[in-house]
Amino acid sequence: MSKTLTRADLAEAVYEEIGLSRQDSTELVESLLDTISSRLAQGQSVKLSSFGAFNVRDKNGRIGRNPKTGEEVPIEPRRVLVFKPSQVLKDRIDGKLSK
Amino acid sequence: MIKSELVEQLAEKHPHLPQRDVERAANVILDTIASALEEGGRVELRGFGAFSVRHRPARVGRNPRTGESVPVKEKHVPFFKTGKELRERVNASREA
Repeated sequence: MSKTLTRADLAEAVYEEIGLSRQDSTELVESLLDTISSRLAQGQSVKLSSFGAFNVRDKNGRIGRNPKTGEEVPIEPRRVLVFKPSQVLKDRIDGKLSK
Repeated sequence: MIKSELVEQLAEKHPHLPQRDVERAANVILDTIASALEEGGRVELRGFGAFSVRHRPARVGRNPRTGESVPVKEKHVPFFKTGKELRERVNASREA
């Protein structure tokens, strides 16, 4: 379908829409992702209104199974990141794509 | 952390930029991601993660109280898959 966007496309959007220099635009994209990542790496969640929330969740250990061999494999307790899209984002996407 | 705190921290990291521009830039970044998803596209941010849209086909659901069958329309939902580096960093915070 449409193409995949990367950091460069986000920086281009900032450059075009705000009129900051290309270097500042690139650095802002990087800083934004870094700042969010650092928070999450401290085990804290990040809520961005009208976009969504990045929540950190602790999972218990459990016995998993290798689906190919049927072999039991222990899965260690771990901490994972879950993105919960806001209702605004969900409505925006579903409104445009679903019939 | 909420968006206003994110903007404040970004402004501190880029003291030569007006805070207003930093705030607008943060909104443009998030809005550009949302627009790409709206078109059914993907956004891949190495080390951070990837945003995509998942299609949930129409199905026959059931009202759990009455047992009655109800048609459920198809749905397109935003999905985020955490990147390897961020996944490892988040998990490492367990021990901290």
